[in-house]
Amino acid sequence: MRYTVSKSPSVDIVSGLDTSHSADQFSGPDLHGHFGRYGGAFVGETLVAAVEELDRVYQKLSKDPAFWAEYDKDLKHYVGRPSPLYFAERLTKRYGGAKIVLKREDLNHTGAHKINNTIGQALLAKFMGKPRIIAETGAGQHGVASATVAARLGLECHVYMGADDIKRQSANVYRMKLLGANVISVESGSRTLKDALNEALRDWATNVDNTYYIIGTAAGPHPYPMMVRDFQAIIGREARAQSLEEYGRLPDALVACVGGGSNAIGLFHPFLRDEGVAMYGAEAGGEGVETGRHAASLSAGRPGVLHGNRTYLMTDDAGQIIETHSVSAGLDYPGVGPEHAWLKDIGRVNYVPVTDLDALTAFRELTRLEGIIPALESSHAVACACKLAAGMSPDQFVVVNLSGRGDKDIHTVAAIDGITI
Amino acid sequence: MSRISKTIAGLQAQNKKVLIPYLVAGDPQKGLTVELMHTLVRAGAHIIELGIPFSDPSSDGTVIQLGAERALRQGTTLTDVLAMVSEFRRSDKQTPVVLMGYLNPIEIMGYEKFAAAAAAADVDGVLIVDLPAYECEELFSAVRPRGIDTIFLIAPTTTQERTAAICANSTGYLYYISLKGVTGAAIRDKSEIRDKIAHLRSETSLPIVVGFGIKDAESACEMAAISDGVIVGSALVEKIGLLPVQGPCSSAQLDEVVAVISSISEALQSLKN
Ligand SMILES: Cc1ncc(COP(=O)(O)O)c(C=O)c1O
Repeated sequence: MRYTVSKSPSVDIVSGLDTSHSADQFSGPDLHGHFGRYGGAFVGETLVAAVEELDRVYQKLSKDPAFWAEYDKDLKHYVGRPSPLYFAERLTKRYGGAKIVLKREDLNHTGAHKINNTIGQALLAKFMGKPRIIAETGAGQHGVASATVAARLGLECHVYMGADDIKRQSANVYRMKLLGANVISVESGSRTLKDALNEALRDWATNVDNTYYIIGTAAGPHPYPMMVRDFQAIIGREARAQSLEEYGRLPDALVACVGGGSNAIGLFHPFLRDEGVAMYGAEAGGEGVETGRHAASLSAGRPGVLHGNRTYLMTDDAGQIIETHSVSAGLDYPGVGPEHAWLKDIGRVNYVPVTDLDALTAFRELTRLEGIIPALESSHAVACACKLAAGMSPDQFVVVNLSGRGDKDIHTVAAIDGITI
Repeated sequence: MSRISKTIAGLQAQNKKVLIPYLVAGDPQKGLTVELMHTLVRAGAHIIELGIPFSDPSSDGTVIQLGAERALRQGTTLTDVLAMVSEFRRSDKQTPVVLMGYLNPIEIMGYEKFAAAAAAADVDGVLIVDLPAYECEELFSAVRPRGIDTIFLIAPTTTQERTAAICANSTGYLYYISLKGVTGAAIRDKSEIRDKIAHLRSETSLPIVVGFGIKDAESACEMAAISDGVIVGSALVEKIGLLPVQGPCSSAQLDEVVAVISSISEALQSLKN
């Protein structure tokens, strides 16, 4: 049975999900970056050599324990890992079902999971001797995380950001500038994340010799989806160990929001072979999937090719990319990482749209009940988890990836409330 | 022999360089594209690269991005583009037409359906910017049996190993990208291009044409002198952008727009092979 939004406690949402997969099925991608028919490296010829070089370097470094030792050291002393697994008791009571447990990525340095990835990729940039870093950003969290590692390593940093996102995430824009990054406003197309990605690809093609492109999510040409997943999988590895330690068993379900899919794949991946663990990816349902104004590419899109990979996309019948809508800039993206596309097709993960309204409700509830202001992106996961938990029994527990904190979003929420701050 | 190969061989027999303008189909009006194509042929175009507009042209600079945006505002679809080729063919049976674009519109149409429609419209070649040789088999095995040439880009960054793979998959001509960057940027290193092309000659007997960054007669002659011909995109699309997005357009206006191609054509005539 697929996920339903019914709050009836009698609905057993978790059962019926086919998780009986063989172990080696999840060892992808193949050598050319394919997860089933998804993924690959669909880039212009100028960039092919660059992604191939990156793949070679990553293949080599990722087999080197010294590389991971340095990464782990940075995560511990600079990022502040491990992030806690926190039992949201009052939120759980409010829904009267399974325990809702939060994986607190919001407590990381810079306030989101994005830094796990930029720490890893910055080590690659350093190893490859690239003095110049570029990044795209939607909510600004990845831009901030990139500017942060660039400042720390003394690298030049340019962040591409859609003009509309610059407006709605002004606090993060200023943070990037403080960190010494050059924030470039992207005026083309829909002026959001996808256009920032296009512009970053153009920059990379132009400055390919001295530039390292830090993609902020588990999408793009191979090896990015694999590499970003590997850097974010620390979330799932920790959550798995913490679950066993604190609850004596694995969670009944995992929930994460899905923009490009990095925090979700980071949480999910270490659990993919655990048959009893159900998984839910919360996509941006915007004003409702039926209105067409959303960014739920897995729930309502179809396979196509964009930004270097074959994956589910928001595309019209003529193959043009459709403008997306979400209250959260970080989920406002018409594609999704290819591993999610594959996990959807094989039925291992359920992807469900969560509306702006439901996300805002969750935002307020978590704030008032737990004293935690979540990012609007993460609020989608919280909303999904609350509904899910309500239909489960109190002896079960759900781990929700609280991918980021909501400080960056207070202007957006205030504006919705009719308040100027 | 394909129409493209015949055209280029014919020019080479006369010691002439190939001139290939690029325009975005549907820019700035759907109804103007076929007329523009005929005007380009009169101005000296030997082959036409017709761009399939795409919402996310990540290998293109601002000029061609804007061209694609104008075409999409007119509602231009891949089906429209194919219809334009059919219409062009009604009065021009000689000039090869190459469709150039990004993969997604073709992927959404379906490879078989696209290949059949392209053949029916008498398309001569396809060049998919974001389809590397490694991923091309599925689409090109639908396209090739229909006699359509498969054209690839080679960049300054292309490795020796990839060059071989690309040459093995290419027919018609090779498109050498003159620079590291997007369409419309400026060429910096001429001697590097000369060396690369000399090396390519040892790998393939396909004609090699140079594109990206050719804006006028001077840069065209420089590049044509070291290759078999040139592709002119942004410099033309920039002029097309000056045409009205609606209402009638005189043939004098169209002539003015393609003047950049006429002047390049004239300059190439005087180039000694
Ligand atoms: C806090 C937070 N969560 C989630 C996302 C969505 O990205 P992803 O799906 O890659 O985790 C973003 C993106 O900006 C974010 O800032």
